[in-house]
Amino acid sequence: MISLRLRKHFRNARRPFTLDVNYAVGPEQRRLALFGPSGSGKSLTLHCLAGLVRPDSGQVSLAGRILYDSASKIFVPARRRRIGLMFQDYALFPHLSVLQNVAYARSGLLPRLLNSDEKDKARAMLERLGIGHLAGVRPNALSGGQRQRAALARALNAEPELLLLDEPFSALDTLLRERLRGELLEILATLTIPAVIITHDPDDVDALATGLVLYHEGRACPVPDFRDMRPQFPSAASCLRHLQENAAVDR
Amino acid sequence: MDLDWSSVLTPLGLSIRVAGLATLISLAAALAAAWLLARRKSPLPALLDACCTLPLVLPPTVLGYYLILLVGRRGLLGQWLHEVGINLIFSWQGAVVAATVVVFPLMYKSARAALEQVDPHLENAARTLGASEWRVFVSVSLPLAWRGVFAGIMLAFARGMGEFGATLMIAGNIPGKTQTLALAIYDAFQAGNDLRATGLALVTSLACVSLLAAAEFLLSDKIGAGRDS
Repeated sequence: MISLRLRKHFRNARRPFTLDVNYAVGPEQRRLALFGPSGSGKSLTLHCLAGLVRPDSGQVSLAGRILYDSASKIFVPARRRRIGLMFQDYALFPHLSVLQNVAYARSGLLPRLLNSDEKDKARAMLERLGIGHLAGVRPNALSGGQRQRAALARALNAEPELLLLDEPFSALDTLLRERLRGELLEILATLTIPAVIITHDPDDVDALATGLVLYHEGRACPVPDFRDMRPQFPSAASCLRHLQENAAVDR
Repeated sequence: MDLDWSSVLTPLGLSIRVAGLATLISLAAALAAAWLLARRKSPLPALLDACCTLPLVLPPTVLGYYLILLVGRRGLLGQWLHEVGINLIFSWQGAVVAATVVVFPLMYKSARAALEQVDPHLENAARTLGASEWRVFVSVSLPLAWRGVFAGIMLAFARGMGEFGATLMIAGNIPGKTQTLALAIYDAFQAGNDLRATGLALVTSLACVSLLAAAEFLLSDKIGAGRDS
């Protein structure tokens, strides 16, 4: 389903960083979690997948469609990839209403000018995510949970073939996080497209993931049988700690 | 001695026309330059960026001289312009060219700074939603940078109203034709016509104060617009 072989080196950063990952996940992984500490290359992987960052070399394909191939000089730009990305800070357009935000992927050059069809589709998406009453509000007037839903609605309204979620709960406080995790799971369960979720919270992995890839200092280690191993451990944190230690031994 | 109002209003009208056109032309050029230079990854931008800022540090007379070398009768572009029937020397269109070159850096610097302030996540979000680079610019970057761009427009227009050196070199000082406010004040003062000089100075000050007040009003009016109908 998703096949990734990436190398990306940063020299100019405060410390040099190399992302060097190579893994593939099958279509049975509906919700893949990328788990690891911050700065381990999870976000960079997502941005390479979405086409926002061009890797130095490698190949990226989604459901057989080649999105990037350094050997044959293929680089599909982000706007043609049909991959939705929900940013960590949600990145809602502050100058547009929630409705205009959600309609953005379907509207013309100027997102404030919407025809009735574009409005109806955006409204239907807002209703589906339970925030229909917020259509006319600007993003800065929304709560954290509402922002997340608006961002999700905006990404889904583009009808992507893959949904990427970059730390969906990091902008929220702990209590809200618990509730929204359940809500997000409900929404994701209704989708027909797979999702890749970045997190450094073991509880997120436990609640949301069907598959797992561990990240550490620019390297990735897929754990396809995560769900089978999980019952052997008392908590998600202990399971992930065990997996991380073993992954370190493998290298 | 009576003040002849037409000798005050004609230079004012010409100054507004010259500064207005120069502002519009430099706005388009500055947005294009800021957009192109912010995206290209090569050592070229640093050099081009310096070139875009150069008119700010060069004396206007030097700019005027360069422009004469470029668009004068025997200039590089001038010969071609002459064949097409355009004459910029000693014409108000020449004053527009001079003012455009002088105000361009102010516009460019403001636009560039404002566009760089825009959160790249928002531009990237637009890209993942299928927007072309042009649409990202028009629908996300520019609306979010409009304050800085607007400040640049005001700054450029004000500077254009006061332009003296380069205009004098290219367009000369022909009353009723190329004599802008700044030139007219100097002319009146040289001729010992203190009443006219005072009138011109007052009109200039009034125009600039109105302009700044209007800018202040427009900028504050949009703050805190929470809802959209």
